[in-house]
Amino acid sequence: MSDIFTMGIDIGSTASKCIIMKNGDEIAAKSLVDVGAGTSGPERAIQAVLAGAKLEMKDVAHVLSTGYGRHSMAEADSQMSELSCHARGAYFQFPNVRTIIDIGGQDAKVLRLDEDGMLINFVMNDKCAAGTGRFLDVMARVLEVRIDDLESLSEESTKDVTISSTCTVFAESEVISQLSRNTDKRDIIRGIHRSVASRAGALAKRIGLLDDVIMTGGVARNRGVLKALEEELGHKIYTSDLAQYNGALGAALFAYQKSQL
Amino acid sequence: MAETVKNEKVPTEKLPAKIMLRNIVDKAYAEAWEAKERGEPVGWSTSKFPAEIAETLGLKVCYPENQAAAIAAKHGGQRMCEYAEAMGYDNDICAYARISFAYAAGAECEEKPMPQPDFMLCCNNICNCVTKWYENISRMHNIPLIMIDIPYNNTYEANEENVVYIRAQFDDAIKQLEKIAGRKFDEKKFEEVCANSNRTARAWLKACAYCQYEPSPLSGFDLFNHMAVSVTARCRKESAEAFEALAAEYEQSVKDGTSTWRYPEKHRIMFEGIPCWPDLQNLFRPLKDKGINTTAIVYAPAFGFVYNNMDEMMRAYSKAPNSVCLETGVEWREGICRENKVDGIMVHYNRSCKPWSGYMPEMERRFRKDLGVGVVGFDGDQADPRNFSNAQYITRVEGLYEIMESKKMGGQKSE
Repeated sequence: MSDIFTMGIDIGSTASKCIIMKNGDEIAAKSLVDVGAGTSGPERAIQAVLAGAKLEMKDVAHVLSTGYGRHSMAEADSQMSELSCHARGAYFQFPNVRTIIDIGGQDAKVLRLDEDGMLINFVMNDKCAAGTGRFLDVMARVLEVRIDDLESLSEESTKDVTISSTCTVFAESEVISQLSRNTDKRDIIRGIHRSVASRAGALAKRIGLLDDVIMTGGVARNRGVLKALEEELGHKIYTSDLAQYNGALGAALFAYQKSQL
Repeated sequence: MAETVKNEKVPTEKLPAKIMLRNIVDKAYAEAWEAKERGEPVGWSTSKFPAEIAETLGLKVCYPENQAAAIAAKHGGQRMCEYAEAMGYDNDICAYARISFAYAAGAECEEKPMPQPDFMLCCNNICNCVTKWYENISRMHNIPLIMIDIPYNNTYEANEENVVYIRAQFDDAIKQLEKIAGRKFDEKKFEEVCANSNRTARAWLKACAYCQYEPSPLSGFDLFNHMAVSVTARCRKESAEAFEALAAEYEQSVKDGTSTWRYPEKHRIMFEGIPCWPDLQNLFRPLKDKGINTTAIVYAPAFGFVYNNMDEMMRAYSKAPNSVCLETGVEWREGICRENKVDGIMVHYNRSCKPWSGYMPEMERRFRKDLGVGVVGFDGDQADPRNFSNAQYITRVEGLYEIMESKKMGGQKSE
């Protein structure tokens, strides 16, 4: 019997992620382009993942899109919200997951799953991007550091600095004030991580935490934020190198399910 | 400037109930304009002030909440809110109030004109914002404010002292309005008005109850349109007749197997809160796309006051969604959810209504525990469109749909 390839594409606000699964249990290829909905990102991500899997579009049995831009993708056979896709993707990686904290470019959400990985409940941020990837982008720019360096810099912090978690713009002003008072950047960065953790933590407390707790989304690549979240919530939080691809992974898995119908 | 009442040219056939209802609201506004032109005093009233008093005295009354909802639905809400904000009113204040301040101050408004007030009737059973809202307008226009203060009910039933307190204010309101009307309060007429009011309420509640049928003979969103009569004209005989006609239409639809919900009814939900009037279509479309009919609504039946005597009338007016204890509120809603057989709940976190939104997180927790259904919330606003995000709402509807689907397929276990 020939292999069945399915594609999941997560078209976010700031990045396009794509995964091709083989027979619903093995990742054949993945791709990520740092621009999202409304840009060339989705198309480029698709081309890249097909090249990675050495396939053409006609070889793919089912394409399922998710994320903010899910309804704008002509190539998709079906769409599903990022809520269910994140649940599915996390459950595939962590079969004991019951709580998912997903922090993306502009969204933060907390999902509750039952023991079979089905979505039961969720809560999301509304309108405001404080505590999301956008928040970290803005702070990194003000601090004149690379996003990828935020984690290692925060590990060198020796002093507590509090940064507001209410508004990205207000927080930026606070960071500028701290810099003008010669506060160490490393301490500011750890304060920023705690600010993100405070926002996401508030969402998580509304749902209530049940182990295992998994962190997904691009911000999970920053282990400084993950550590701050563990301290905020008093729970061990797991993540994986596929954190940013989690939605696309879930989409590819659902695509496989639909291809079998 | 009176609005012309549209007369439908259907001389021999009975008018559809929705047309009857629309005509009643138009007539209420037109009569207020006519009274103003005759030099008679016209009042502005909160939606749950005892309408029976003004009706008995023959005084015409308009309802700023209904006006604000209509202005918002016709996309004038943001303009009017911005006018009020420029006057100095904070954008945290209820958008109905901001629209009303703007209108009272003379902002141009073609969407839903109504006469400026000569007196204000305020009953704070619906919220405490109205206390300052009506006080502000009373000062703006230098006109009397007649207040009925409803104590918050910390227990299931209003206690005896509260009932006595409310009754004393009711009687005092009559005295003040007699002076404004220039005539005595007629007890016989009052009885007749109360009978109409009760008949209207019973008919309205009966019409709302048709959502219990599976499939429902109506789209729950229809009730958001029809409820205007229960706010603006509940003491009129024609209002009772119109709601009775509505209920009869639904009865016939059940027999015929038809519905105003013209889509598959894959799921049924309760919609919690006041709808986002500027975005009714945006609220409806994603639900329609997923085959989700709204078969339980909290806001609409809340205007059904039923009472048999003065004591019961005072108790009836002391019960509004925001003046009853949490337990009563949960019981009402869970009762509607069970009777109307919902499998999910969509909660509107209404930026314009802090009391209504404030207790919702705890109610959500109880709904999940007691009913075992999916419950999802979205941020919005009853009249200020700046507080609603269509993309965020769509995601939440899809999430709720996915939860209900997986439960339906038996794939969901407890937490």
